[in-house]
Amino acid sequence: MHAFRNILRTEARLYLRDLPTLLTTIGLPTLILVVLGLIPSLRKPDPTFDGQTFVSYFAPSLLVVTLAMVGVNTLPSVLATYRERGVLRRLATTPAHPAALLAAQLVLALAGILASALLLIVVARLAFGVPFPRHPLGFTLAFILGTAALLSLGLLVAAVARTTKAAQALAVPLFLVTMFFGGVYLPRFLLPDVVARIGDYTPPGVQALLDAWTGTSPQPLHLAIMAVIAVSAGAGAAKLFRWE
Amino acid sequence: MPVIEVTHLKKRYGDLVAVDDVSLAVEAGEIFGVLGPNGAGKTTTVECVAGLRVPDGGGVSVLGLDPRRDAAQLRQRVGVQLQESQLPDRLRVAEALELYASFYRNPADPAELIDKLGLGDKRNTAYKKLSGGQKQRLSIALALVGNPEIAILDELTTGLDPQARRDTWGLIEQVRDSGVTIVLVTHFMEEAERLCDRVAVIDRGRVVALDSPAGLVSTVAPEQRIRFRPSAPVDDRLLTDLPEVSAVQRTGSQVVVTGTGELLHAVTSVLARHQIVAADLRLEQSTLDDAFVELTGHRPAN
Repeated sequence: MHAFRNILRTEARLYLRDLPTLLTTIGLPTLILVVLGLIPSLRKPDPTFDGQTFVSYFAPSLLVVTLAMVGVNTLPSVLATYRERGVLRRLATTPAHPAALLAAQLVLALAGILASALLLIVVARLAFGVPFPRHPLGFTLAFILGTAALLSLGLLVAAVARTTKAAQALAVPLFLVTMFFGGVYLPRFLLPDVVARIGDYTPPGVQALLDAWTGTSPQPLHLAIMAVIAVSAGAGAAKLFRWE
Repeated sequence: MPVIEVTHLKKRYGDLVAVDDVSLAVEAGEIFGVLGPNGAGKTTTVECVAGLRVPDGGGVSVLGLDPRRDAAQLRQRVGVQLQESQLPDRLRVAEALELYASFYRNPADPAELIDKLGLGDKRNTAYKKLSGGQKQRLSIALALVGNPEIAILDELTTGLDPQARRDTWGLIEQVRDSGVTIVLVTHFMEEAERLCDRVAVIDRGRVVALDSPAGLVSTVAPEQRIRFRPSAPVDDRLLTDLPEVSAVQRTGSQVVVTGTGELLHAVTSVLARHQIVAADLRLEQSTLDDAFVELTGHRPAN
């Protein structure tokens, strides 16, 4: 525990020192929100979105941006870099276990995701009148499970990729798919219905987030699928993870 | 009483036999060199000693403990510097040492260690901005920050310029003088000759020789050569009759005598008896380099 605390503190310092990545991770979704929110027509209630504004409808997809960036992109490439450079191996020769470093990276990934989500939700509420999630419990649950599913996938990538390059080769398509099905590139109402339905079940489960944010409780099946992905990818990562 | 004992160690990776049969014992307080061509099994051997790999056969005992079963204890007492092991780019020198010091029950003072390793003016420098020599010194410092009884250093000076290499050697001698047993994996013969009390030469997964560097040279490559310019003509037979001499050659006015044992003494005595002065006298002895080639059939990597 002692070693973990010190490693976490050091890793947090390194994380804060990398300002461009930090700002992108935490601020990018909010920046996109603000840009879209400045367009007046996107702030008008629209029957296409059951009488909500486009900004409200699109906000959950913006959550996907951070989740995808941190979960399937940053986390695996940081871990693969640490492995490739022998940081994990060196740690294995000391009384500290390299798992402490992995845990510290997970904590930082979660902290970044949480900060980004809070910033987005608060700015959306204050600047564009997007209500706070109407179903807080369902939203929290959908957010936790979606995050867990993506982080587990990220860990799985880090587990099977031997080098930083290999990690990126796996992470980039996964990132693009996550963003696409999450309705980031094209808002989901423009996607063919079948694609949008697939997106309900790909992590982080944007439909569950949207449901909980705008009113109803998320569908149990959506949540269950996220839980299954999180557990199976996590178990796979634990089994396959190599420290060197 | 040896602090490290390796007996009939075996380790294979799939079809590749990395270590076939390695036995060696390292005594407390010595600098023990592990030499060998690339791929000979040096690193695998020390990785088994460090508890990073599980041997397929044979035994390893470190400080009387089992590197796998007693890993937690040994990690407190053995410092390891691995080949090609780096740190995060943005981590600063002092931060790295303070972090690693915090893992140990009885660590060295990081600030003192930084000064001792000549990194005093770099304590707030990021790892990325350090030179190769400074990175290497930091790496050694990390292996020593736990106040280990044994330090295992793999490819200590690879990639360093000659000055940095010499500085590092001085440092290792200091560490040994403070009572730490050192296992040094290297393919630089000059380094082994300068630092090691004893060396094991490993080739194709086996120990092919184990001795002091000087002992190794005199048994494996005992040939010596004396060159001189005699002040008066010398009859070859005068020299060839000596039991130490194996051959006499002449190149111009120079005489070249090859032989073994107390060659220099034998040759100079016989010349003195005949009142011949040997001008420009030079003795050429084999080096560890020659012994290495003799043992492994490979040229050392530099």
